Amino acid sequence: MPSDRRLEREAAKRRRHRRGQAIAAVSSVVVLGGLAALILTSPGWPEVRETFFNWEVFKESFPDVAKAFWLDVKIFLVAELAILVVGLFVAMLRIARSPAMFPVRLLSVVFVDLFRGIPTILLVFLIGFGVPALQLSGTPNDPIVLGAFALVLSYSAYVAEVYRAGIASVHRGQRDAALAVGLTENQAMRHVILPQAVRRVAPPLLNDFVALQKDVALISILGPLEAFREAQIIESLTFNFTPLVAAALLYLAVTVPTARIVDRLGGTEGAVR
Amino acid sequence: MNAIPDGTVLDIRNVTKAFGEREVLRGIDLGVREHEAVALIGASGSGKSTLLRCIDLLEEIDDGDVFLDGEVITDPGVDPVAVRRRLGLVFQAYNLFPHLSALENVVLGEMRAHGKARAEAEERGRALLARFGLAGREDDRPDNLSGGQQQRVAIARAFAARPRALLLDEVTSALDPELVGEVLEAVRDLKGEGMTMLIATHEMSFAREVADRVAFLHAGRILELGSPEQVLSSPEAEETRRFLRRIQAN
Ligand SMILES: Nc1ncnc2c1ncn2[C@@H]1O[C@H](COP(=O)(O)OP(=O)(O)OP(=O)(O)O)[C@@H](O)[C@H]1O
Ligand SMILES: [Mg+2]
Repeated sequence: MPSDRRLEREAAKRRRHRRGQAIAAVSSVVVLGGLAALILTSPGWPEVRETFFNWEVFKESFPDVAKAFWLDVKIFLVAELAILVVGLFVAMLRIARSPAMFPVRLLSVVFVDLFRGIPTILLVFLIGFGVPALQLSGTPNDPIVLGAFALVLSYSAYVAEVYRAGIASVHRGQRDAALAVGLTENQAMRHVILPQAVRRVAPPLLNDFVALQKDVALISILGPLEAFREAQIIESLTFNFTPLVAAALLYLAVTVPTARIVDRLGGTEGAVR
Repeated sequence: MNAIPDGTVLDIRNVTKAFGEREVLRGIDLGVREHEAVALIGASGSGKSTLLRCIDLLEEIDDGDVFLDGEVITDPGVDPVAVRRRLGLVFQAYNLFPHLSALENVVLGEMRAHGKARAEAEERGRALLARFGLAGREDDRPDNLSGGQQQRVAIARAFAARPRALLLDEVTSALDPELVGEVLEAVRDLKGEGMTMLIATHEMSFAREVADRVAFLHAGRILELGSPEQVLSSPEAEETRRFLRRIQAN
């Protein structure tokens, strides 16, 4: 039999909870409703609805845009894998200690500075048009491959730094303990330090992948028919922007779930709340 | 180079170590014989951890030599990995691998450094954990274990490869008082089996009980060395007396 005091407390807690929910509901209605009213009553709305949110055009164009989006998906899946590997490789070179590794260390610093410092769109452009212009035999000329390559370079530079920060965050005592049980420096890195570092940097890594999933659209400047370009082509034929909205929804369909995974990972790490 | 006296496992000779301007070890001489437990006592900051880390080659000494079974291990030409595989070190703050289970902590060195097959290493690891009262906790992550349990896993990890000597760095100083006993029991157990040990400790009663000799580290030197009775009950040096009085006051 719970005491009166306790029943009182629980009732108060319920009241507080109900009041909180009511406030949230009312403020949502006011803010969102106000925004909707503002847009729907604006003088240009009928025209905007016609050119951006045309259901007929949407139905018509969505299959083509979605098919083109499949290329985006393939590109970012392959690029993400490559970035994980290249980024790790660059990070390992950067932290190599032996004097003999000095030139490699330097190269890795240059790699990061260079590819992180150039706007991604410029990198896509330079590599997409520059590499074929060299007319070297054996280099790929496929704009999809070159565009993906540019994205890998750009994002690997970021990811290398993410890895490096993760490795630096593993307590020094872990390396000592690994050496003390008889592991070599390399084994200590592989079995003790890296596994902990990778766990810690999973959220920022995925965050970079959210950015990458959008940036695949940059490849369109080289010509491949990915979602953004396909939508643009339909737009130029129909003079209606709805296909671009369709493309935007498709990008959201992959970036939002990825972002939720980032949140979940961040939460389980016992982050400050 | 002098011959190593028979039965000496660890021989520390005139070892010096400075961090920048700060001279922490200023000529340490100390031998640990086979099956012997030597307790290393001294004030906080006197260099106990530094000495143990130097022996395990986690720090590079500036001068002097350390011999393990009569072979010098502190020469630049010696492979530190091979030396560490013959020694065990238990850290003041456990330093367990947080991403691995208790059992994986114990078998990692066995498998990766000593080339044992997983099945064999795990069988021995389980037996070792059981021996230290950790049966049933093999799959727990360190986070889910109490401080005393973590330190016992750390001892099992250091002992797993049957090292020639075990270096213990204040294995109870990070523990709540009620957990100290169970960890000391594990050390007592190893002593009973004849493990050669160098034990940095703040627990004078434990030093008295388990150590064959006690070394008092002060101002970078071993100021006093003898039986527990001698050093702890009738110390010669004024510094030792002062240190013991301070310890007892706490
Ligand atoms: N890596 C380091 N760099 C600079 N100084 C250090 C380093 N490690 C230890 N020291 C210094 O060396 C001295 C001895 O430290 P050490 O940890 O060996 O003492 P200790 O006897 O183990 O002390 P405690 O009982 O508190 O563990 C201290 O003054 C410490 O600040
Ligand atoms: Mg210490």
